[in-house]
Parts: sequence; structure tokens; C-alpha cells
Amino acid sequence: MAKIVVDGNEFEVNPKNNLLQECLSLGLDLPYFCWHPCMGSVGACRQCAVKQYRDENDEKGTIVMACMTPASDGARISIADEQAHDMRERVIESLMISHPHDCPVCEEGGECHLQDMTLMSGHNYRRYDKKKVTHHNQYLGPFINHEMNRCITCYRCVRFYDDYAGGNDLSAQASHHHTYFGRHEEGTLENEFSGNLVEVCPTGVFTDKVFSQAYTRKWDLQTAPSVCTGCSTGCNITPGERYGSLRRIVNRYNSEVNGYFICDRGRFGWEYVNGEERIKTPVQVVGDESKGMSDEEIDELFNDLAKGVVIGIGSPRSSNESNYALRKLVGEANFYPGIANNEHAINQLILELHKDKAFHTPSVREIERADAVIIIGEDITNTAPRIALAVRQSVRNKASELAELNNIPVWQDAAVRELAQQERGPLFILSNAASRLDDVAQQTLIGTCAEQAQFAFAVAEALEGGTPAGLTEQQEKVLLEVVEALRHAKRPLVVSGSSNGSIEMVQAASNIARALSGDQPSHMALVFPEVNTMGLELLVGPEQKLSTALERCSSGEVSGVIVLENDLYRRAPTAAVDNALLQADTVVVLDQMHSATTSKATHVFPVTAFSEQESTYVNYESRAQLSFQVHQTVTDAKPGWKWLTNGDSDINSIIKDCSDEAEGFGSLDGLVPRLSQFVVGLKIPRQSHRYSGRTAMIANRNVHEPKQPEDNESVMAFSMEGMPAMKDASILGSTWAPSWNSNQSISKFQEEVNGELKQGHTGTLLLTEKTETGIPFQPIQVEGGGDSGQLTLSLAFQIFGSEELSARSPSIQKRMTDAYVALAPVDAARLEISHGDAVAINGGPVAVACIREKISEGSCVVHCGAQINPHDLAGAVSLTKTSESLPGKGLSGLIVSDLCEESY
Amino acid sequence: MALEVGSGLTIGLILGTVIVVAAMLIWVERRLLSFWQERLGPNRVGPFGLLQVVADMIKIFTKEDWVPPFADRVSFIIAPAIIMTVILLSFAVIPFAPNIGIIESNIGVLFILAMASLGAYSVMLGGLSSDNKYALLGSLRAAAQMVSYEVFMGISLLGVVALSGSFNLRTIVEAQEGMWFVVPQFVGFVIFLIAGVAESHRLPFDIPEAEQEICAGYHTEYSGMKFGMFFVGEYLGLVLVSSLITVLFFGGWMGPGFLPPVVWFAVKSGVFIAFFILLRAAIPRPRYDQLMTYGWLFLLPLSLINLLVTGAVILSN
Amino acid sequence: MYSLIKDTLLSQVVTLWGVFKKLFVKADTVEYPDQQPYMFPRWRGRIILSRDPDGEERCVACNLCAVACPVDCIALQKGEMEDGRWYPEFFRINFSRCIMCGFCEEACPTNAIQLTPDFEMAEYVRQDMVWEKEDLLISGCGKYHDYNFYRVAGKQISGKDKGEALNEAKPVNVRSLMP
Ligand code: SF4
Ligand code: SF4
Ligand code: SF4
Ligand code: SF4
Ligand code: FES
Repeated sequence: MAKIVVDGNEFEVNPKNNLLQECLSLGLDLPYFCWHPCMGSVGACRQCAVKQYRDENDEKGTIVMACMTPASDGARISIADEQAHDMRERVIESLMISHPHDCPVCEEGGECHLQDMTLMSGHNYRRYDKKKVTHHNQYLGPFINHEMNRCITCYRCVRFYDDYAGGNDLSAQASHHHTYFGRHEEGTLENEFSGNLVEVCPTGVFTDKVFSQAYTRKWDLQTAPSVCTGCSTGCNITPGERYGSLRRIVNRYNSEVNGYFICDRGRFGWEYVNGEERIKTPVQVVGDESKGMSDEEIDELFNDLAKGVVIGIGSPRSSNESNYALRKLVGEANFYPGIANNEHAINQLILELHKDKAFHTPSVREIERADAVIIIGEDITNTAPRIALAVRQSVRNKASELAELNNIPVWQDAAVRELAQQERGPLFILSNAASRLDDVAQQTLIGTCAEQAQFAFAVAEALEGGTPAGLTEQQEKVLLEVVEALRHAKRPLVVSGSSNGSIEMVQAASNIARALSGDQPSHMALVFPEVNTMGLELLVGPEQKLSTALERCSSGEVSGVIVLENDLYRRAPTAAVDNALLQADTVVVLDQMHSATTSKATHVFPVTAFSEQESTYVNYESRAQLSFQVHQTVTDAKPGWKWLTNGDSDINSIIKDCSDEAEGFGSLDGLVPRLSQFVVGLKIPRQSHRYSGRTAMIANRNVHEPKQPEDNESVMAFSMEGMPAMKDASILGSTWAPSWNSNQSISKFQEEVNGELKQGHTGTLLLTEKTETGIPFQPIQVEGGGDSGQLTLSLAFQIFGSEELSARSPSIQKRMTDAYVALAPVDAARLEISHGDAVAINGGPVAVACIREKISEGSCVVHCGAQINPHDLAGAVSLTKTSESLPGKGLSGLIVSDLCEESY
Repeated sequence: MALEVGSGLTIGLILGTVIVVAAMLIWVERRLLSFWQERLGPNRVGPFGLLQVVADMIKIFTKEDWVPPFADRVSFIIAPAIIMTVILLSFAVIPFAPNIGIIESNIGVLFILAMASLGAYSVMLGGLSSDNKYALLGSLRAAAQMVSYEVFMGISLLGVVALSGSFNLRTIVEAQEGMWFVVPQFVGFVIFLIAGVAESHRLPFDIPEAEQEICAGYHTEYSGMKFGMFFVGEYLGLVLVSSLITVLFFGGWMGPGFLPPVVWFAVKSGVFIAFFILLRAAIPRPRYDQLMTYGWLFLLPLSLINLLVTGAVILSN
Repeated sequence: MYSLIKDTLLSQVVTLWGVFKKLFVKADTVEYPDQQPYMFPRWRGRIILSRDPDGEERCVACNLCAVACPVDCIALQKGEMEDGRWYPEFFRINFSRCIMCGFCEEACPTNAIQLTPDFEMAEYVRQDMVWEKEDLLISGCGKYHDYNFYRVAGKQISGKDKGEALNEAKPVNVRSLMP
């Protein structure tokens, strides 16, 4: 701890940080632009000027940039000093010389850091009377708008996009007052984290295109703290609603999970909520007719069902409450996970591993701190994107180490990068094709799932001191590097997951982690493809298999089946599902959107989307998080559990029941805030204190304003009244602080910059109890290549398209590809397939051929999207060129580094 | 029946006149106020808006007679009746003219003071029984204000009593044959004037019902005719105080012979009524604490000195 | 003592006299509706939405009027023309709530929303006091004749390319090496 003096007041600060960061941590108002809590300082904007004094006798002082000056012990500075203030005012005046007169038509307006800082620094009049510099804008794809005139050249965008997120298609161009931030040519910004530019850019240069289409000012959005349902990372988000429709999603800070950034699936994958394809009312299908259902009919249906044996199929994209309610309704013996058999087996294995003392599942924040990483078979960029971003940061720990050795503060971003050059921490990737993290990987090994597992087993063996046999020369070379790096690492990390359906890979991964664990558990992150896979798996046993459920339905022994938020045609072979749904007398499907499964249902119930319900989800680390309801649905949709409990329950009691009755959910109830914890039991408003139009929004329907809708279940209210969320960061939907209208106001709610939120609410870990250490798994034997005509198949995932619901959002669809099958040039040549051809897989489903360098011979990687049921494909497939036409998106959205040039 | 003190006809006439005058004052006040504020005032109902009062009466009589369910019913109903009664009773001892009056009383002055004290109950009961915070505040203020100002009012009158040697109002009027008491008792007159305004809580001393602060004070919960009684009560009080000033300081009915005595009385009282209305138009309301400080620290000593000097002068004569 | 008397007594007497004299002054009141009063141009009455000198809708749906309105009686939704121009998809004022304070006009950066001297807005049915854009939009400029927001703003719209707004230089050529 160091003592510094700011404007005569003494403070304790952390000497490792810079003055700007510490001033903000102390809650002082000091303008800045280019510094970012996650990206350090470069001193580009000169906005954070303060006066520094040598000692108490120094009256003159010198102007320094707070972000470039360490908060060393005894530092004396003044923010209020007239000269410093003057300097900041002049700096912003010059930054604004060419700023357009755009605020009214700027999407940033009202949450603009530039507006805030202009006001804070006192500048108000443009004295410069020459012409303004202008720029042309670029088309940057379906997510981001570009309005280059508004730039103040703080360089935050490129520092985020290129340096932090590893993008390579955004750059600073030209020089002096012509500096331009954009792509080399118009086109889609390719990086999976491009959406963060909206929040990183302190001005309105990069704005949310989807939001802009139905634009609403920040103060008019009804918001609540929510959790992203895009993948199993469980990023925290703030969705905003206006006039009954969802308008946008922005990042919500959580020190342990997503920090300041979310991926584009999370940010833009919400549009289905407003979609026309939503199921709107409960429907009964009789023959070819479908008709609405009355409350009595619904009661009767559930009563009838209760008389016989009913199968319940839960969902990994449904909340804990709904899954639990279904399990309770049908009984544990009849409750099955809506997850493919092989994935279910892996998931159950992962649950077991969670309980093992040898392992610790790191949070995203902890992943960022790893100093050697091996990723086994999981394409995390596409299945858990935020974790990929964290892994990308982990390789920079090497640079931080070097900096520390050389006495350079870590936050001196430019200096540290200069020092480290291409020095990176070790990252090894085992994959079935080139991945998006390859650019920072020390080694990437391409192989089939079995090959990867075999190699991983070998690594484990070598780590234990053995000498694994049966490796190729190249593999052996890599093996040495891997073992060397992992052995010497202080915080090694193993990453894998269940999406590939290969249990051996997870076993092998655990063997590596086990070999690395000593007194301390070793870090192993095993991710799932869907938001609440963990929550669902906790509710079922390993023996409850989806195939059993389908068989029982087909056998006709049951009176009905209830399918919760699930399209079974993505989970099991088409024939099996067809048969099961045909045989069951009653097929009740509860879902948000129509799917192949709903079309086979006898009864369809509309279910609320994530933003329309309060619910809990469990992420890959078993972190249970509460997501509040943001807005009311305009349809008849209800949360799944509400249908299933026949409306007898409310969210608090169902969470309580789940917490009391379901094993492993003991701490769930603690997530729910109680009214008594707030000042005189005041509710937390979902609307800002400046929410406008309250007496006119619905006056066209009836001028007599109704009472604000009441929320009897939650601690939040659908109104502006109550205890402002500003007072309690644990229920912080939208951040706002006096003088800080932009998202930068988050620092006012953190214990310290980058730290936990003041009233902290990072969720709660469900699986904290550890049992004894288990034993390593037996390595597998790879069989020799099969029949020459067949290709070994593995699955490819796409950030845009692989998640069921987000894939129904128009903007995401613009970035999606058709189903494709990727194969090596040799195989393509042999099969006479060229890039872009339509190819029939096993003579059945059609996909686009995509020829890639980095795929091992004799194998292919298939992306199924919504068009192909992956469970219809065997482990080995044959491909034939066909003349059938394709849906038409082609491969436009496919972004990989190893496309085979000549076959273009 | 003849027009003589105490006859049925006189009583009837006085009662009628007083009430009609009080009612008409509502209109008079509104118009006078508006003239002083460069407005027109009510001028739509009847000639010059004269029938405004009638319209108001119809309205007020046909309003629902509502007692708030949370109020204390009995005292809530009694309260407005008390104020009407005590003020009307006070008129009993006023000598309007040599032959017009209701009773001869040797203790007229005391009787009036006694009635004024009773009036405080009306306001207090009204406020307390309403079970409303504004009403409560209003009645608290009213009680303190009326009790305080009664003191100076009483003392300021003693000068007059000493000079005339009687508590009988008729005797007091007759004692002003040579000179109106306003001359020797000017200070007493001013104090009485101020205390009179405070007693009838008229603007600028309408602190118990200060709208801007406490809605309508003690009668916040009143409506319809019960409110009407408070309302008319206030105007009756205005008439009463004006009559008293006339009687005590301005020689009552006395005046040059070209007008009958009762007309003189009316003219003099009228002037004071108008003056009270002018006060309302011109002077802003003081704060509550200012009112109390002003009373106890300034008016009380002043009235005592006045009494002492008067006594000394009488003795030295 | 003197000042006490002056403050407490004399000033009251002066006031009384001052007010009393008003008895002989002609009243200000205009006997509306028998007589029509003169309405000053800056009177704050019925609200309109104006057009710019080119005849285009001035409102850019920035929402500032709505947020400035103390009674929250303005609601609108931003829409966007093909060429990038922002406009209100709907614009609603609930006049039964409006207090004619003029804050909206004060807040409007484009001079679109203006209060006019018309105050005769009574309706028998309250619902009729909810006005939509069709009812509010007039065909002229209202009180401000010259202002055209898009001629000043940097945003590109049809007929005004980048660099063509007031005080703007031609867009830079990023690929040029010239200063
Ligand atoms: S970037 Fe900020 S200051 Fe610039 S036009 Fe947009 S809102 Fe206004
Ligand atoms: S585009 Fe935004 S983030 Fe990038 S330099 Fe300009 S103002 Fe900064
Ligand atoms: S005049 Fe005032 S109350 Fe009326 S719409 Fe404008 S801001 Fe709102
Ligand atoms: S302030 Fe003006 S430009 Fe903005 S929405 Fe209101 S009327 Fe339109
Ligand atoms: S924040 Fe310090 S120079 Fe930009």
C-alpha cells in the first residue's frame, strides 16, 4: 500500500497501478479516454492531465498524465488545479475541433463518454473557425455501424480489436489529423468480439447496428441484470426493452466471469425474442386443425397426464426452475435429459470430475491468469467464445512477467508490447481443424478426435514420467514442448469440453490435469455447448438416457411425453424421434419458437424467453447465476415452470423447493435477494429515473393510464419508483452515476477498478464439495484407418449458427453459413469435389463442400447448423457430389484461416 | 312591536341583517380584492355578479354532507356549529343604535371576550376530529394564536374600560360623547385592530389555514354546508370585529344628525370591513413564529404600557 | 426603534396605500370569450412539429423533448429513412397531461417542436387530447425560418454527402500521403 495525496487529501492506494486507475478506484472524477481498465495506458489522448508536486513545499508542480504515472508512495497530485483543469479543457477542445454536430442523431448520445468528459472538463464552445475534417464511412457488416467523423483518435478500438481480441481486419490508417479507423476495404468485421467496439469506443464511431434499427436512448430502456443464454460461460448481460420489444444487449460487469466483454453471439443473438416465429398462445392440435386452449382445458390436460405415466424431457437451454418443475411433475424415474446420449455421458463424467479433489474449475478471470494452456478438441471460439478471449489473454502473461523482470509497470501497454514482441506464453491446441486461436498458439496439432485423445493420453503419461509409444515423429516433438511447458508452468490450465461427443478426449484431458495436480488442485475447464447443461445434468443420473426415453415412448407404455424447450431433432436420430413422437398419445411441447418437434406435438405451450422471466442458470464452473425478468411478454407465454406447476408456484418458492429438494442445488436459494435486504423494503426499479414518455407511451390505446404493471414475485419493479439500483450493485442492470452516463460509470460500482462490484454478486458455485481423488483413465487404442472410401467424421461448431435460439436472429443469420462439410485437399481431389460444391453425406443430407488445409487426411468436419441432424450421421461417412441445390447462404459467413486458396 | 332594545323584531332584524351581510361579504370581498389586484372579480351572475352569493349558496347547500369515515363524528359535526353560535351570541351585546340592540349587559366587554375564547374550541375540535395531519397542524396553530392574542385584546380594551368606567358597551359608546376613544386610546386601538384580525384568523394572520403550507388547515376535511359554516363564521367574525371597533373606539352610532344613528354605525363598520379586506389584498402572511414573537414580545409590553399610562393619566386627573 | 417602526409599521402602511390606489386603475382582465385577447407569438400553447426550409420533417427523433418533459407526455420512436435520415416513426403527445411548460421546445436541438399561441384545445372526450404525428406536423417552419439541422450535422443524407455540411472540408483520402 502506498500513500498519495490528491488535492490535499491523503489516500491509500496500490503502488502497482497508475494514478488514473487509482483515482477512479477512489471514486474521484478524472476525465480520460484512451486508458481502459483491461488494456492499460498508452497516453494517447492527453485527457487525464493532473498536476504533480515534488513535495509539500513544491508550489509550482508539473503537469503529468495520470494514466502514465505510477501511484508511487508519497505522490502528491492535484486534479482540481487550475492549470491541469485548463489543460484538460484545451485538450478536449482540440479533440472536438472536427467533431460533427451529431449528438441528436448519434446512437451514442446520452451514454457517450465523450459527452460526459466534455462536460466534466468544462469545454463548451468551439473557437476554431476553420473547416472540419470529414471521413467516409464503411460498411462493417450486420452488427456494427461506422460513423468515422465522430472519432477522437483515442486508439481504443484498434487496441481492443487487434491487441486484445486478436482481430486483424481493423486498423489505424493514414496519419496526423487524417487518422482513420476502419478496415482496409469495406466488409464485415470478422472478429467474434467486434460488438465490444460499441462499448469500447468512447464516441459514436462504432455503434450497434441492430439496436439502431429500433433505437432508444439509454434512459428509456427498461433493464434488469440478466445472464447470457448463448453458451455455458454464463456471461452477465443487460438487455434493454422499450415499447414491449427487446432492443439490445450490453455487457454487464462481473469480475469473475465476463468482466468488460461479451461475444457477438451474446450481444446480437437476442432478436428471436421479438420474432414473428415465437409461439404466442397455447395450442392443441387435433388432426390437421390446431385450436387455442382455455384455462380449463389446460388444467384438464395436466390432470389427465398426471393419471398415467408421463415422460419428461428436460432441456439444457431451459432454466433450473423449469427443469426442476418438470422433474417434479413426472417423477425422477421418468425425467430424462434432452441431451444426446454420448454428450450426456460426457457431461456426467464432467460432473464426477468436478467433485474430484484433484481438479479446480477456473473462472474466466482465472483462465486469463493461466501461464500455460492446452486445449483438447474443443473449439472454444465457437462453443464458449468468451473463454477463448480469456485464453487469448493468458498468453500475454509471459509479457507481464518480462515486464516485471524489467521493472516496467504492467499497465504501460505500449512499453510492455515493445518489450515482449512475439514472446507469448505457451498455448497448445489439439483440434480437428484450424482454429481461431492458432495465431497465438505455440503448437497446433490437427487430428481426428481419437488421434487427439491418444495424443492427450500420451501427454499425461509423459507428465507422469512414462514414455508413451506409438506417436509420430512430429507428435513426439510437440509432446516434448507440451510437457516442458506444462511442467514449468505455475498455473497450467487444461481446456476441453463435451461438444465433440468424444468421451475419451475429456478422459485424457483429466489425466493431464491429474498429472499436473500436486498439493493444489490443477485447473481444468470443461465446457458445454449450452447455457444450462450443467444445471440439467445435476438433475438427472447417468442412467437416464434420452434414448431410453424415446424407446419408452415408442413402446406405447406411457400416456404422454412432455418436451421442455427442446428440439429433439437436434438430439437424437430422426427416425427414433419420429417414432417416439408418433407412438405417444400426448406430446406436449413447451418452447419459445416453433421447431421440428413442435410440429409433431399434440399440445404446444408458449414459453417466455430469457428476458421475459426470472430464472437461474448454472455455467461450466457450476456457478449458478440469477437472471432477472427484464420486461413482460406481449404474448400468452409463461415460464416453463409456471405451466408445469399449473400456476401454483411463484419464482421464489420454486427456487426454494429446487434448492431444498434437488441434490447439488443447496445454495441456489441464496441467489435470490430478499426485499428485506433493501432500504425499507423498497423495490428496485427497472426503469431509469429519467425514463420518458410514461404518460404517452400507451395513450393511443387509452388515455387513462393504467397502474404500472406489478411484479409480485421479484424484488424489481416495472417502474421508475423505488430504491435506485445505483445504491446496490448486486442488482445493477444499467450503470449510471452522476456525471457518468456512459458504461464507463461502472468504476463507480467497483470496489476498485477491475475489482468486484461493491455489493458483489458474482453468483454462487454449486459444486464446492470435493471427494477423494480418483484414478486416471486408461488410454484408448486408435484403430487403423477404416474403409478407404469413408471419412472419419467430427463436428464443427459456429459461433453464429450452432446455438439454436440465437440462430433464429436475423442479424446472426447474416453471419451464418449453410451446413458444410470440410475436408482435406487430398480427399477432395480423390472424391473429385471442389470448394463450394453441393455434397451429399452418406447419400442423404446435403452440405457445401469446404476444402481446408488443416484437416487430417481421411477425415471430414461437418457443420450441421439447423439443416442436418448430426445424430443421423455415423462416425464414418462417404461423400458424393450432388446437383441438389443449397439454401443459398453458402460459406459467406465462414471465417477460417486455412481455406484452400487454389480451389477457390 | 317596536324597534327597541330586546324586542323580538329587533332581534330578528339584527340576526337577519348580520347573516345576510356576512354572506354578501363573500361577494364584496372577492370583488374588492380583484379591484385591488387589477382584475374584475365575479361579474357574471346577476348585475355586477351580485347573485354570485346565491349561486354559491345553492352549490354549498346541495353538496353531499360528507363526514370522513376516519373522523370523530360528533365533534366533527359540532365544531362548525360552535363558531357560528358564539359569534352570533356576541352580537347580543352590541349596541347598534340607541334603540337597537338585543340585551343590555353590564359586562358586555367581558361577554365578548368570553365568547371569543369559546370560538377557539370550534377551530380546535374541527382540526382534531378530522384526523388529518394538516387539520391537526392547523388547529394547533389556531389554538396557540387565538389564546395568545386574546390576552392583548383584553388588555388593550382595559384602557377604554378605564376611561369610560364601565364594561357596558352602551355606556362606553355614550362616554365618547365629547371625544372618540380612538384619540386617547390610539395605541389600544391599533393593538385591538391587530388582535382582532388574529382572533378572526383573517389574512394576513390566517396561519391556521395557510393554504400554501397546510392545505386548508383545520377545515381541510370539511365540505358542503359544514365548510360553509366555517366560511360564513369567518365573515361574521369580520363583521363583529368591525362593529366592536366602531363601538369601542369610534363612538358607535354617534355622528352628525343628517343620518340616522344606525346608518352611522353601518358606515363606520363598513369602512373597517373594507379595511380588513384591504389588509388581505396587500399584506403577506408572516411566519408562524414571527406571529407569536410579535405578539408576546411587542404587543404584550405595548398594551401593558398603554394601560399603565392610561391609568396614570386618569389618576393624575 | 425608528427602523423597527419603519419596517414593521410604515412599510405596511405604504403597502396598504399602494394597493388601495389600485381601486382607481383599470383592470387588466380581458373578458374572454366575449373579447379575444392578443396572443404573443412566444405564447406557450398548442404544440406543433415543424418542417425545415426544404420541406422535410425537422424532427430527428432524438428523444430530448421526451426526456425533458416533466410530465412525460411525449412518446416517440426513432425510425430511419433509406438515406440515413432519422425521423420519428410515431410521435405522440398526450395533451391531457401537457402543462405547456415549453421545456420540450427548449430541449429540441432542431427547432422541430414548437409551442404556438393557440390555447383553445378543450375537448369533450379526453381521448381526443392524444395527438399523433399526423395531427402535430405542420407544413411550415413555424417560428424559426432558417434552421436546417442536417445542413449543420455531419451525418450523410441524400443530397448531402460527407464534407458538404456547413463548415466541413472534403472527406480525406486515407490512402494519400499528402499532409
Ligand atoms: S459521439 Fe458523443 S459527442 Fe459525438 S455526436 Fe455522438 S453523442 Fe455526440
Ligand atoms: S474509433 Fe472510437 S475507439 Fe477508435 S480511435 Fe476513434 S474514438 Fe477511439
Ligand atoms: S410543454 Fe412541457 S409538459 Fe408539454 S409536452 Fe412540452 S415539455 Fe411536456
Ligand atoms: S427534441 Fe426535437 S428533434 Fe428531438 S425528438 Fe423532440 S422534436 Fe424531435
Ligand atoms: S487516459 Fe491518460 S492520456 Fe488518455
